[in-house]
Amino acid sequence: MLAIAGTVPSEGFPIVSGEITLDDNHIRICDERISVNRGTPALIAAAIKTAETLGQPAPFVYLVGDIGRGKGSRRLYKYLTDHLPQSDFQTLTFHYLQPIVHWHERLQQALHEMKELPILIADAGFMYAAKMSGKSSLYDLFTPDIGELAFLADEKAPHPFYTRGFILHDENRVSDLIARAYTHNNAARFLLVKGKQDYLADRQGILETVDRPMEEALEAMGGTGDTLTGIVSALIDSGMAIREAAVVAMKANRLAGHYAKPTPSTQIIEVIHHIPEALSEILKKRV
Amino acid sequence: MSLLGFFKGKRKPGTPGDNGNADRGIMVFENTSEVIQAENVLKRKGWEIRVMGPPPEIQSGCDLVIEFPLIEELNILRTLEREGIPPLEMVPVTSPLLQPVDIFHIKDFGEHIMVRAANMKLTVEKATGNIVNVSGGGCPDVPYLAYEMVGQTLADAPSPREIGHTLCGYALQLAFEEVQRQCLP
Repeated sequence: MLAIAGTVPSEGFPIVSGEITLDDNHIRICDERISVNRGTPALIAAAIKTAETLGQPAPFVYLVGDIGRGKGSRRLYKYLTDHLPQSDFQTLTFHYLQPIVHWHERLQQALHEMKELPILIADAGFMYAAKMSGKSSLYDLFTPDIGELAFLADEKAPHPFYTRGFILHDENRVSDLIARAYTHNNAARFLLVKGKQDYLADRQGILETVDRPMEEALEAMGGTGDTLTGIVSALIDSGMAIREAAVVAMKANRLAGHYAKPTPSTQIIEVIHHIPEALSEILKKRV
Repeated sequence: MSLLGFFKGKRKPGTPGDNGNADRGIMVFENTSEVIQAENVLKRKGWEIRVMGPPPEIQSGCDLVIEFPLIEELNILRTLEREGIPPLEMVPVTSPLLQPVDIFHIKDFGEHIMVRAANMKLTVEKATGNIVNVSGGGCPDVPYLAYEMVGQTLADAPSPREIGHTLCGYALQLAFEEVQRQCLP
């Protein structure tokens, strides 16, 4: 089973855990109803749509409210550290959490107390924490965008805000940034890079590139990286190999974006509604 | 022992190895009196901070610095500005010479313009000044900032400096200022 851990942008939102459902434009868990806007709710919604399409169960989620003060994230780190050792998830995806090195370290210890180490996927703040900790290689997949790839490539930057200019200027040289991230051990086993073109890479270099359909407006839309991470997480959990899952996810995410007929003001929920159609089409072509 | 070595030596149990200070920053002040005032304010508000000696790379300011959680730089800066004791500098512990991002990528979509600063992107409708999208980032205030800003005009929207808390919020503030420069008369 897939588990997803992250935050929602509401300070008073309590820690909740359990299976989750998608109800039009909201996800529902326990008595809570959360608008799917961007961030972890968008990732979860995309994973639900993907799991539905594959005939798989909905993901298990761990959520807490945090608007950037870090209090909710700290509580969730502790909760995960206490509860994950007794769990048996096959895939774990960590998302919008305040990047805190010592909590990342404790969580890694808890993960290694599980009977079997799940496939580990990290994006957003949790990926920053993994990089800051110097423990990126413990993960199976990171899903950075191009700005975050530059951060991974800069061995000195503790956060994308401090990425050095000469590295940011290299954004058209994705393969160099990927190589630099691996040289300094700041990359997971696989990197799925979202951008004008999407890339899958490992330590050997770029393995796959997907650049169609091309919708320029998607770059401006908040949440397209979240949906990509949600789709690939659910595909991997279904048993698909990471390389194959990444290619299917890159294609399906772009196609869902295309079907949404996006402008720079389109919101991510409109893309999420098209995931089943796009994913089915990509999976049919694959057979 | 170097200052960085001293930090490592003082690590709490359960905290990480070689990169244990990677999420910490240093604040430099004009004088010791400001350091003491800032320490009192921040401790009273519950932040985990420590007063330390400065690393050799920091030449300016007084002979004491405050170590703080780097990710929460924006929230801490706002607090100290309100108290009238803004620091001279805020830098990462592990690389005190690093500077905040100062490169902007601007993309013109015709009716919309998008500005990216580091990992944060802000998109505005040119004719109205409406903020139509916020994307990128990884700290938990990003979805909150997007919720508060999208749908508002550049003139009316709360600035990330006012309501953000993290370095992602800070990067969005830089994008916000740049898009104002591009769009507002």
